[in-house]
Amino acid sequence: MRSIILQTATRYLLPILLLFSFFLLLRGHYYPGGGFVGGLVASIAFVLHSFANGTEATMKILKRKPLSLIPIGLGISATSVVLPTFFGLPPMTGLWWEEKIPVIGMIGSALFFDLGVYLVVVGVVLTILFTISLTKD
Amino acid sequence: MLFTILLGLFSAILLIPFGSRLKSKWSILLPLIPTGIFAYYLGFIPKIASGASFVQHIEWVPTLGVNFDFRLDGLSMLFMLLITGIGTGIFFYARTYLKGHPYFDRFFGYLFLFMTAMMGLVLSDNMLLLFIFWELTSISSFFLIGFNNDNKDSRKSAMTAMTITGMGGFFLLAGLVLLGNVAGTYQISELIEYKDRIINSDFYPLILLFIFLGAFTKSAQFPFHFWLPGAMKAPTPVSAYLHSATMVKAGIYLLARFFPALGGTDLWSYPLMIVGGFTMLYAAIHSLFRIDLKSILAYTTISALGILVFLLGVGSREAIIAAAVFILVHALYKATLFLVTGIIDHETGTRDITKLAGLRKVLMPVAIAGILAALSSAGLPGTFGFIGKDLIYEATLHSKENLMLILTILAVITNTCLVAAGFMAGWKPFAGELPREYSQLHLPYKSMWIPPLILGTLGLLFGLFPSFIGKWMSLATANSIFGAETDLKLAIWHGSFNTVLILSLVTLGLGILLYIFNKPSEKKVSFLEKFQSISSQSILTRYSNDIIRFSTWYTGKFHNGYLRSYHLKIILFAEGLLIYKLWMSGPIQIDFDNLTPLTIYEVAVVVILLGALLIVVSTPSRLTAVVSMSVIGYCICLMYVFYSAPDLAMTQFTIDTLSTVLFVLVLYKLPGFLNLASAKQQYRDIVVALGFGAILSIIALKVLYEPIQTQTSDFYGENAYILAKGKNVVNLILADFRGIDTMFETVVLGIAALGVYSLLKLRLKSSEKE
Repeated sequence: MRSIILQTATRYLLPILLLFSFFLLLRGHYYPGGGFVGGLVASIAFVLHSFANGTEATMKILKRKPLSLIPIGLGISATSVVLPTFFGLPPMTGLWWEEKIPVIGMIGSALFFDLGVYLVVVGVVLTILFTISLTKD
Repeated sequence: MLFTILLGLFSAILLIPFGSRLKSKWSILLPLIPTGIFAYYLGFIPKIASGASFVQHIEWVPTLGVNFDFRLDGLSMLFMLLITGIGTGIFFYARTYLKGHPYFDRFFGYLFLFMTAMMGLVLSDNMLLLFIFWELTSISSFFLIGFNNDNKDSRKSAMTAMTITGMGGFFLLAGLVLLGNVAGTYQISELIEYKDRIINSDFYPLILLFIFLGAFTKSAQFPFHFWLPGAMKAPTPVSAYLHSATMVKAGIYLLARFFPALGGTDLWSYPLMIVGGFTMLYAAIHSLFRIDLKSILAYTTISALGILVFLLGVGSREAIIAAAVFILVHALYKATLFLVTGIIDHETGTRDITKLAGLRKVLMPVAIAGILAALSSAGLPGTFGFIGKDLIYEATLHSKENLMLILTILAVITNTCLVAAGFMAGWKPFAGELPREYSQLHLPYKSMWIPPLILGTLGLLFGLFPSFIGKWMSLATANSIFGAETDLKLAIWHGSFNTVLILSLVTLGLGILLYIFNKPSEKKVSFLEKFQSISSQSILTRYSNDIIRFSTWYTGKFHNGYLRSYHLKIILFAEGLLIYKLWMSGPIQIDFDNLTPLTIYEVAVVVILLGALLIVVSTPSRLTAVVSMSVIGYCICLMYVFYSAPDLAMTQFTIDTLSTVLFVLVLYKLPGFLNLASAKQQYRDIVVALGFGAILSIIALKVLYEPIQTQTSDFYGENAYILAKGKNVVNLILADFRGIDTMFETVVLGIAALGVYSLLKLRLKSSEKE
């Protein structure tokens, strides 16, 4: 079942939704949002795309298996947990960049932790859904 | 000291990525690690011999009393040198023995792990740390015994060893925790200060029982001895290392370590004397009936362990001296005999002593090593074994008067049997005429016969110069076991023709006679097997079979694999608990006045929700049910929005969307809908579901009546910006305050995804095969 309307719509919706998910990720520290929700929204963007164009097409956009996002995400989170210990602080201590960055604002290790969560969530959701949808009986 | 342990551990870990490259000539690097550690600890000898001890303290979990406390004294020194010294020989030997084996790297990984665990065990000065290493030795030994994993017997023996030592470890933990609570410290070296408090405590008998069970299972004392002969399924270097020189001595080490703090009472002495005495006699007699070289050695090892337990039970100054020396004597000759057996097995392909003879003609250096070890085990004057035996008799003769005679007779009989068994293992394969089929044998590569030869020669050298080893090693060992000065002085000849010497010579003579007249044969082995059904092994096997039957029944009953049945049981259980709790907390009061008035949106949402719910339970179409479920989910989202929980609402909304997608994807693969439940079952489910809903509603309403505790939310509210520089408390809790939780939750998510992925992919592969 291919709907031309849906296909056209996802062409624009995918980047917008991804941008939105990233927006949610960045604002999580101050306003509703965060890595978990951001990751879910990003996954929905890809799922929508796969509905319109087929899972194979979405896999092509992703270029790599979503499974590989899980270790990358876990690695980023774990790094942000362990990083403070190199400065003689207890693990998980928030480290903050001195200067503000335009648009994004303050950047700290918590953001990287959230980024890791974001990637893990995208990886997990897409792995589960795509594996099931690609399984042929 | 910590770094030597870490070195061993890292070597084990590094073998995972680099192991396959080490199979060739680079494998020479492997034995260099134990050699280095051995050399490092040799350097401590002068200071240890002068009575010093070394400590290292690193905090780990101070709140639980678990710290990296290491302590090197005379006792741990002896064990460290045995572990790394014999380990060096074993590593060289195994490198040749297993050359070309497909799991070569894996074997050394396990061996490193074991060596590390053993080093940690004898260096630990913290009881809980000791326990951790204790368990690690059991685990690594499990892998080593089951190394030939395509052999059913081998797997079974590994399981038996694991079950028995694991059970013992469980008791040991209980004993150590009790001891730690009674004494108020987990530091072993401090225990002695609280000796009075420990001995007078009501828990003292229980502590002893638990610690004894731990030691007896590990050191293969009757009735737990049977795992050790089974463990001989392991490759011979493993048997030599674990099951003669080091791991089985862990139980002995434990008893020796706790002797100053717990020993010296009747409750300590009699159980050890009885169990140790029985074990040494039983196993020594048993060994005479065996024809498999490794079996003989296994039973003589059990017997020697019995002697050590027995000596620690006697607990007099003489007995402790004897134990301190005998540990070393036994390790030297028994490891040699095992290594010699390994060579014989490797070269001839058999370990049956009725078939082996005259091998000295082809394997001369091996024969020298074997014969030296046999002589030391027999206690021929001039060998180290002679001194060990002397000291044992010295100990029994100086025990309490009413026990003296019986203990001495017991020791003489045991030693007589051990002399004969030692000759069977170390002498017989090399004596007599060489059978023609073995005339083509040639000597193995020298890294195999040099280690046993060195160990065997050491047995001779220590015997010729006993004052040397006594001064530099055994004195410090005996002092730290005894917890006081022992004035140990070793000498070949005490200068007088006394009872001890006569007993030694009588033992030797009787043992040789026994060796000559006891002809090992198949018949004797089958004679023993008649008693198999009353042995402790069969009794334990029967019990464990009952346990397996029970768990099969239980699993069939509770884990039948139907999701609906799991749901029912989980919900019923929760209902039971909640009803009990509500019942106990007295009459239910619900405060309806505090509820906020209903608004029109809320009513609308609830109506939609109820409508969707009705559709879910009544529709015959799965797709309709799934869509209606998501309607319910979205309604709940709206509720969150009404009560200003935007984070929750967003998450719930996306999750709901994705679970609907997931459902649809799965539905697509499911067979058509069938109503399997009978009307009766459906009514039952309705009652359970309504009950659960009612209970949760009551709890929700009851919460309103409870005084509100806001400490936690106040804390987060106040500190969000100060500590974490953020304003969204929900997200801060997830990503900062309780970040470690989130970290592991993401790990769990990852594991779940991996599970789904591998399950489905695996299924694909198997269907592709068809």
